[in-house]
Amino acid sequence: MNKAAKIQSVILRCLVYLAAALTVGVLVCIVAYILYKGIPNLSPTLFALEYNTDNLSLFPALVNTVTMTFVSLLIAVPLGIFSAIYLVEYAKRGNKLVTIVGITTETLSGIPSIVYGLFGSLLFVAKLKWGYSMLAGACTLAIMILPVIMRTAEEALKSVPDSYREGSFGLGAGKLRTVFRIVLPPAMPGILSGIILSIGRIVGETAALIFTAGTVAQIPKNLMGSGRTLAIHLYALWNEGLAAEQSYATAVVLLVIVVLINAASSFIAKKISK
Amino acid sequence: MNKFKENAMHVVFLAAACISILAVALICIFLFANGIPGIAKIGAGDFLLGTKWKPGNDIYGIFPMILGSLYVTAGAIIIGVPTGIFTAVFMARFCPEKLHKLLKPAVDLLAGIPSVVYGFFGLMVIVPLIRKFFGGTGTSMLAACIVLGIMILPTIISVSESALRAVPDSYYEGSLALGASHERSVFFTIVPAAKSGILAGVILGIGRAIGETMAVIMIAGNQPVIPQSLTKGLRTMTANIVLEMGYAADLHREALIATAVVLFVFILIINLAFSIIKRRTNKEK
Repeated sequence: MNKAAKIQSVILRCLVYLAAALTVGVLVCIVAYILYKGIPNLSPTLFALEYNTDNLSLFPALVNTVTMTFVSLLIAVPLGIFSAIYLVEYAKRGNKLVTIVGITTETLSGIPSIVYGLFGSLLFVAKLKWGYSMLAGACTLAIMILPVIMRTAEEALKSVPDSYREGSFGLGAGKLRTVFRIVLPPAMPGILSGIILSIGRIVGETAALIFTAGTVAQIPKNLMGSGRTLAIHLYALWNEGLAAEQSYATAVVLLVIVVLINAASSFIAKKISK
Repeated sequence: MNKFKENAMHVVFLAAACISILAVALICIFLFANGIPGIAKIGAGDFLLGTKWKPGNDIYGIFPMILGSLYVTAGAIIIGVPTGIFTAVFMARFCPEKLHKLLKPAVDLLAGIPSVVYGFFGLMVIVPLIRKFFGGTGTSMLAACIVLGIMILPTIISVSESALRAVPDSYYEGSLALGASHERSVFFTIVPAAKSGILAGVILGIGRAIGETMAVIMIAGNQPVIPQSLTKGLRTMTANIVLEMGYAADLHREALIATAVVLFVFILIINLAFSIIKRRTNKEK
C-alpha cells in the first residue's frame, strides 16, 4: 500500500469515528441538558388539576395528551388494519387499487404536519363546524398516522406464512374466520409496533394540532371542547412569554414519555425477531 | 347469513383501503380550492416573487419565505448529510455488535424526540451560544440550520444504514483481496453500491427539513425579509402559516393557505423524486 492510500484510510477512519461520536454526543447533550434543567423543576404543583395564571399546571395537558392519543388510535387503528387486510388478503395480485393505495400512503407519509393542521382546520373546524375541538384534532392526527399503521400492518400480515391460511381453509373455515382467527393473531406484535410508533408521533405533534384542537389549557368537558396536549403546552408557554421553569418541566415529561415509548417498541421488536 | 357477513366485511375492508386515497384527494381539494383563489387575486408573479410581506397593506409576497425555507434546508443538509452518512457507515461497517446494540436505540430516540423539544433545546442552548459568539439576538438562520441538521440525522442514518447493509459482502471481500484497506474497501466499493439508497435517505431528510415547523419557529427569528446573513433571522413558509393563521382573515387567510399550497407542491416534488429513486433501487436488486 502506498503512502497516499494509507493517509487516506486514516483520514476516512477519523471522519467515521468523529461523525458517530458527534451523533451520540448531540443526543447525550440534549437528553442530559433537559433532564438536568428539568428534574429540579418538577414540583407537585405542576400536577395540579387546574391550570391558572398563578400555577401553570401541566396536568390538564397530560390528560389531554392521553385522550388525544386514545381517540386518534380509536379512529386510525381499525381503518389501518382493515385496509391492510384488504391489500394483503383480499386484493388480487397486480390489482390497480393496490398500486394507487401504495402511492397515496407514501404521499401521506411525506406531507408535513403543518399541512395536515391546515387541512384539518379547513375541513373539520371550518367546513364541518366542529370548532377547535379534541375531535377535530384527533381526526387530523388519525389521517396523519394512518400510513404508519397501514404499512406496519401490511408487513406483519405478509409475514404470516401461507400454510396457516391453507390449513384453515382446508379445515373448512371461511375467509373472514381465517383472517380474524388465524392470520391476525400472529401478526399482532408487528401491528402493535406500528401502533407504538404512532403513539410517539401523536405525543410529539404540535403543528397539526394548534389550529385543530386549539390551545385551551383545561381538560375539556367532552370531545367537542378545545384542549392542548403536552407538546402544544410547551409551544404555548414559549408563545405566551417564556415561563422557563414550567417549560423545562414539560420538556422532561415529554422526553420521559418518548423514552418509554421507544423502550416499549424495541421490546416488541425483540419479541418479533424471536 | 354467513355468506352475507363475508360479503359485507369484504366491502368494509375495501372501503377502509380507499380511505388513504380519499384523504389525499380531500387534502388536495381543500388546499387548492382555498389557496388558488388567493393566488389568483394577488397575482401569481406578485405572490411567488414579491419580496414584501405586509398583510396590513395587503401586500403578500412570499419570496422571502421560499428563500428562507430553501436556505435552512440547504444548511441542514450541509450539516446533517455528511454527519449522517459517516455515522451510518460507522454503524454498518465499523462498529462492534455490542456497540451497535447501544447506538441503534440512540438513533431511534433522536428520531422520537418531539420537534418542540428540539426547538426548546435550540432556544435555550444554541441561540445563547450564537448570541455570545456572533452578537445579535441569536435567533438566526444558523440556529435553525444546526437544529434542523440534528433533526434530519436519524432519517439519513437509518435509511443509509439499511442501504449499506444490503450491499453483498462479496464486494467488500473482493476489494480486500485486491489489497485495499478496510476503509478504502468500504468507501470505494460499498458506499458507491449503496448510493441510491443513501440518496433516498437524503431526500427524505430534505422533506423533513422543509416541512419542519415548530423547531424553526422558536429559533429562526421569523422576520419576513429576504435572509441577510447566517446570523440574521429569517422566516420559513411553515413558520409563516403558524404565526399568522390564528388571527388572519379574508385575503390574508387565503394568502397563508396559498403559502401551504406552495409548500405542498415542494413536498410533492420531493416525494416524486424519492419514489423514482426507490424504484431505481428496487430495479438494481
